[in-house]
Amino acid sequence: MERFLLKNIDSPDSAGIGEYLRTGGYASLKKAFGMEPADIIAEVKAAGLRGRGGAGFPTGMKWDFASRDPKFPKYLICNADEGEPGTFKDRPILEKNPHLLIEGMVISAYALKSERGYIYLRGEYPHARAVLDKAIAEAYEAGFLGGDVAGSGFRFDLSVHQGAGAYICGEETALIDSIEGRRGQPRIKPPFPVNVGAWGKPTVVNNVETLANIPLIVSMGAGRYSEIGNPECPGPKLFSVSCCVERPGVYELPMGIPLREIIYEHAGGVRGGRELKAVIPGGISTPVLTPDVLDCPMDFVNLPKRGSMLGSGAVMVFDDTVCLVRVCWRAMRFFEHESCGKCTPCREGTGWMRNILERMEGGFGRDGDIELLQDIARSIMGKTFCPLGDGAAGVVLGFLRNFSDEFMYHITNKKCLAESG
Amino acid sequence: MDIMDEIRDLSRKYPDRRGALLPALYVVQKEAGWLSQEALDTVSRALNLPQATVKGVATFYAMYKHRPMGRHLIQLCTNVACMIMGAERLVDLISGRYGLEPGGTTDDGRFSLVIMECIGACDRAPAMLVDTDFHADLTADNIFEILEKYE
Ligand SMILES: Cc1cc2nc3c(=O)[nH]c(=O)nc-3n(C[C@H](O)[C@H](O)[C@H](O)COP(=O)(O)O)c2cc1C
Repeated sequence: MERFLLKNIDSPDSAGIGEYLRTGGYASLKKAFGMEPADIIAEVKAAGLRGRGGAGFPTGMKWDFASRDPKFPKYLICNADEGEPGTFKDRPILEKNPHLLIEGMVISAYALKSERGYIYLRGEYPHARAVLDKAIAEAYEAGFLGGDVAGSGFRFDLSVHQGAGAYICGEETALIDSIEGRRGQPRIKPPFPVNVGAWGKPTVVNNVETLANIPLIVSMGAGRYSEIGNPECPGPKLFSVSCCVERPGVYELPMGIPLREIIYEHAGGVRGGRELKAVIPGGISTPVLTPDVLDCPMDFVNLPKRGSMLGSGAVMVFDDTVCLVRVCWRAMRFFEHESCGKCTPCREGTGWMRNILERMEGGFGRDGDIELLQDIARSIMGKTFCPLGDGAAGVVLGFLRNFSDEFMYHITNKKCLAESG
Repeated sequence: MDIMDEIRDLSRKYPDRRGALLPALYVVQKEAGWLSQEALDTVSRALNLPQATVKGVATFYAMYKHRPMGRHLIQLCTNVACMIMGAERLVDLISGRYGLEPGGTTDDGRFSLVIMECIGACDRAPAMLVDTDFHADLTADNIFEILEKYE
């Protein structure tokens, strides 16, 4: 497929504004200024763009809610927290194509009548920070940011707000807390950020990749754009492929491409020609799948039918040498560490589950541990403010649904099926 | 520019001065590599925020440090992709060579070691940050070649 989001990133100067302009950059912005803000929102709706941050919420609808709210000012926040383990898809945009993101943000801000934007960047990406600061300075210099964007009279200011190592701040309401200078703890919804967001004002939070799609929709028009990928949730999609494959990396492919093609054609297949055992399709918070789902289209519509989610599109491939009890334990250690502590079921439950998985993995598993894990997971599911707890519970339930034999083996034989195999 | 001015300058990017709290903590942390009581007080004065507010926020985020760190901070990822690609073995090797446990600092103050959650480099796992330098495709063979460059 032709690359749109990662177009040109192989060029050594791809991050510079000169190179971006030479390859047609900021043309969509100029086209957008010839449109009414409401028409841009309508175009994004018609394009069928769904948010790439994990939940797949329709972007046009989100924008509509925010623009209908009479309160001003309105804020536009780019979610560049990219903390979901297995995910590294926003990184090439941030480090190698930052002007695409800036152009997408300026168009979005114009559509939303927002004058102030922030890029919430995770603290673990110091290189991206340097690239973004430079790109923002270039955009101010060239008049694409500031008091009179490209001579249109529209004002938009943008800066980077750097996170400091808290996964939960990827969740949009915790992210808003963090921008306001607070501990990042999710807020109850409703009200939604589109009405009561940063500093109590209407706020749109969109993922890096979502915003990077905007210039494309404006330049192609909704009609042509929606011909890319699955018509039910169209567009190009970035997949981060990792773990046991020959060629791990970020691949820009049409939404809805079968999992098999991603793994075997693009990522070169399972490393060393080994046997595929399991796949996590959308980052560590999405339930694990067995190899019989290889023909499932990778999108927001089809993965839920197979018991998982597209999430951030982070495909983690496990071959027959990997101990899934260990993977599940490590995932739970992550959730325990990253639980913000606000909701009791998540704060306590993730630790309990990690503890049980740890004893199982260490050869001290007990009869009844599987049922105990399921019981705890079900006591977290749906009982927390934000989906971090649901994610942790869903991961455990997914492993137990699809690989209970391997967990049983660990308890009974006090060792790994993978290592004994 | 003096540090108070630098912090006040940051607060211009936000409609409310408290917005500058996270960036301000980074500014003062850069001075000594960690946040002493004095550093926290500076932020509290510059932004006119209660000391408890500043400390409460500073202790929530993993990247703010509350005791002196080594001259170089090794932040090694051991999340799933890095774990599968051998990160735990690297932790053992680092511990063995420098007598450095996760969360600790070497006696000579050269290195501190922190285990990180995913650093978004799963395609080149295992990976780490040393200070702000990114290193990936780590192996038992190259890890010390890299670390020995940091005095
Ligand atoms: C625990 C948790 C972590 C999240 N982390 C991220 C993240 O790192 N990046 C992101 O874009 N969205 C993340 N999200 C989703 C955001 O809450 C939000 O849905 C998203 O930024 C909206 O953007 P979109 O509509 O463009 O997808 C996270 C959600 C949860 C519950």
